[in-house]
Amino acid sequence: MGDAESVGLLEKKYSRRSFIKGVIAVGATASSTGYLLGGAQALGAQMPGATERLITLNINGQDRRVDVLPHETLAMTLRYRLNMTGTKFGCDRAECGACTVLIDGVNHYGCSMLTHQVRGRAVTTIEGLENPDTGELSIVQQAVLEQGGFQCAFCAPGFIMSMEAMIRVNPNPTREEAAHALSGNLCRCADYDKILTCAMRAAELARSV
Amino acid sequence: MAEKLIGTDIAPPDLIAKITGRARYSEDFRPDNMVFAKLLLSPMPHCRVREVDATRALAMEGVIGILRAEEVPSREGPREACLTDEPHYEGEPVLAIAAITEEIAADAIEAIDVDFEPLPFVLDPLDSLRPGGPTAYTDGNRFARAPDAEQGDGPVWSDFKWTEADFAEIDAGRMPSDAVAISNWDKGDVDAAFAEADLILEEEIVHQSVTHHPMEPRTNMAYWENGKLFAHVSTQSAQRTKAAVAGAVGIDQEDVVLIAPYCGGGFGSKIAGTTPMQIPAIFSRKINRPVMLRITRYEENYVGRARPGFQTWVKMGFRSDGKCIGIDLFIVEEGGAYGSGDNGTAGAIADLIYTPENMRFRAVSMYTNTPPKAAQRGPGGAQIVSMLEPILAKAGRELEVDALQMRLINAPDPDVAFGPRGSTLTSVHAKEALEQGAELFDWAGKQALSGRREGTKVTGIGVALSPYTAGSRGFDGLMVIRPDGKLYVHQGIGNLGTHSISDTARPAAEILGLNWDQVEIVWGDSSRGMPRSSVQAGSQTTHAHTRANHAAATDAARKIRQIAAQSLGGSPGDYVLDNGRVFRRGGGAGMSFAQVAERAIQMGGEYDGHELPDDIHRETVPAATMLAGEGLMGVAKDNYGGRGGVYTFVAGFAQVELDVETGVVDIKEFVGVTDCGTVVHPRSLGAQLFGGCIQGMGMAMTQKWVYDPKYGVAFANRLYTARPPGFLDIPLNMKWAAVGIADPQTPVGAKGIGEPPVGAGAAALTTAIADAMGTCLCRTPLTPDIILSELEGRDPAFGRLDQHVG
Repeated sequence: MGDAESVGLLEKKYSRRSFIKGVIAVGATASSTGYLLGGAQALGAQMPGATERLITLNINGQDRRVDVLPHETLAMTLRYRLNMTGTKFGCDRAECGACTVLIDGVNHYGCSMLTHQVRGRAVTTIEGLENPDTGELSIVQQAVLEQGGFQCAFCAPGFIMSMEAMIRVNPNPTREEAAHALSGNLCRCADYDKILTCAMRAAELARSV
Repeated sequence: MAEKLIGTDIAPPDLIAKITGRARYSEDFRPDNMVFAKLLLSPMPHCRVREVDATRALAMEGVIGILRAEEVPSREGPREACLTDEPHYEGEPVLAIAAITEEIAADAIEAIDVDFEPLPFVLDPLDSLRPGGPTAYTDGNRFARAPDAEQGDGPVWSDFKWTEADFAEIDAGRMPSDAVAISNWDKGDVDAAFAEADLILEEEIVHQSVTHHPMEPRTNMAYWENGKLFAHVSTQSAQRTKAAVAGAVGIDQEDVVLIAPYCGGGFGSKIAGTTPMQIPAIFSRKINRPVMLRITRYEENYVGRARPGFQTWVKMGFRSDGKCIGIDLFIVEEGGAYGSGDNGTAGAIADLIYTPENMRFRAVSMYTNTPPKAAQRGPGGAQIVSMLEPILAKAGRELEVDALQMRLINAPDPDVAFGPRGSTLTSVHAKEALEQGAELFDWAGKQALSGRREGTKVTGIGVALSPYTAGSRGFDGLMVIRPDGKLYVHQGIGNLGTHSISDTARPAAEILGLNWDQVEIVWGDSSRGMPRSSVQAGSQTTHAHTRANHAAATDAARKIRQIAAQSLGGSPGDYVLDNGRVFRRGGGAGMSFAQVAERAIQMGGEYDGHELPDDIHRETVPAATMLAGEGLMGVAKDNYGGRGGVYTFVAGFAQVELDVETGVVDIKEFVGVTDCGTVVHPRSLGAQLFGGCIQGMGMAMTQKWVYDPKYGVAFANRLYTARPPGFLDIPLNMKWAAVGIADPQTPVGAKGIGEPPVGAGAAALTTAIADAMGTCLCRTPLTPDIILSELEGRDPAFGRLDQHVG
């Protein structure tokens, strides 16, 4: 409910002028890259019934201030505002899973989630899996590296995020269970056998931690 | 001793980038001032643009410019331009708009008023062949030199039609015996063979067209700087794509910097780049800003290429022992808007896998108003194998010869000569692959399962043989040992996930006695120097570039030994190379490669690349010249030669369960065994083999190609309506193996693997389904509704030769 409100009713108090001032005041806010999605609105037209656009997202453990349109998807925000291009667009419409990210530890399609929906929630992307201090790969990444997973690997970030979610829910899967856990992701190279071996190895590593 | 590299599992050097999100595909680059292009796609299968009013769009804030068809290169006839005012398929790009955001560009496209004049269209090539039937082009359906053309005359349009009598035969369910073919060949006496055959089977077959749909759509970005074009292209190849970009834009190759470190799959649809890659290149020159053209999945369905479908009549004659003695094959190919020619390979491969002594091949490829066709993994071969293998199994049932025995008795031997020119092959171990696969699959033990019914489920088993070309010759290798002592192998092939960029460098490391951590692969950026290379297609690179790198490394080894002999005495033959050093045999004086590289630079000449061999390709010369003086250079053309074609074979085995109440097929087991010569990288080979086989299963079962016959628009235009196989569609029990006999005509012994698995996967599935049904259903895709209507004897609501049915 809170999310719906935040998307639908948001503050009308932000005129464009005060909004821009706000952006300037924050300084470090992302979105100054020139790839705003805002259409005419971003360029100076009135903002009727404006939703709050300057929001804080928690991405890979860091709070990021970001200027987001009401109808903007999380995958768009990641790729074109935060320049986090590890999350891929394969279909734009919940068909392939290339844009999979974790939200509070659960795998979701980033193309089918509005960015405003993830306010106050922890978003993890492929860029956030390595240990930020040591650079050590996550257990899943280690498993994939060890097993030589993926061919073209355009689907890899999405699959890896689904594997991360899987080992949290079921660190002791059968191959059938792992296949089900990953069935929301498509690999057009059809490297499924090896991907499954990676997932099973990741689960094995997770159990030994 | 340096480690053995060929035949071991080594992760490719780009894997960490791929699994951390750092690998940058075309859509991941962000130059300053970049703008976004969006395309206006044709809403009709064939129309003409009467008028465009872009006033409102161009007045929108944030819109930078428009690109129209008259501003891009085009050629007369059925030849594709990147934008057109006469689209020949639904979804063909008409114009492009650039804006500071993708959303503004999309809004601007919506604000453009276009007046389209609808024109007649045709989806089904048979309709185009009918007297009075529609044609895909206003001026006809055939573009070729006239029979009475004078020398120097170019091709002209004409109407190519069959007769009412031909169609009377077709409508009666027979091969049109006298219909005129565009291509044909024959050998032996096929009519005499049928006269003496113990069994003759005749079938009408429909193989659908099917879209490639790589995971990464054909997104491209480009900008110009100091007169050079920087092209970020989603492409299978690299050096050859650079040449293609230059040709398309009309500039010198050396004025193109191609940046393509990663490609998210192509499967034949992005061989030397793509048609849409021209749009950012031309648009960015016009507006003087970097242009990103992000292709969405919806757009990819249209501009993304497809495998051509076949409507086929076949007559096969067999002796009582199962040997095929005659084939009469007539293929009508759905050529799409710009034509295709898969049928020729299909005919040759039919000859290769059934080895009849008598064969007649005829084919017609017709333009249709559907998306352009292109090679798709095993082009022609995958279609013919998945169509004909169930017929072979059916013959076996009628003759009471086991399906594996049928496969073996008809499989080629090493001395095979096939196709219109009696082609020979460098090595053939198809029978070994079949025998090894039969053992791995337990063919003998599974006989009891064939046709077994439990509840509503019937088991079927199938076996198939799928060959395809797997190599080429004569390309260049280029490598430098730098003063850091490392070998830098410059690769001009592409990086689409086959691991060729690193696997084909392994022979170089072995020849030079280097461990893998002493080798750096240089790829994906033409400004770093790329030798003339094969396209990354047709399963060529493993063969072609193990050879080229073998040649260049042999050149480097010769130079190293000469430098050692000059520096340390003795003759070059006294020296051996190992662990990054060159030293006198039996111990004694030696030099590190770092010292050798320094010495090469001092000596100059051929040693550091200031003098180049005469026979290398002119496109290698600029790269080698740029690298001259950087270290000891190995550069050479592959002059190893060879006689005959290079083919890899895959034997596929499948066990399925067919639910006779629902028509759903569950693939329980799959085995694939390949004859691809020496195995370079086992894990990657297995992945290629399975991946290709599963793509074949998708082609035969889950992906649909459906068009609305009234309006000529695609019904199945997204992944969920034409779904490639996912985890729940495939067998979890898959096994693979390789025969592993080296090809004698190539120094490393390795042949490619990309193409042939597709036919093996598709045909193992179609034969297993046919086995479960006790008949062969000569149509793809074998969706549950089609299977069910056949099982229940219901009218399927479409004719046996109808295409595009949903």
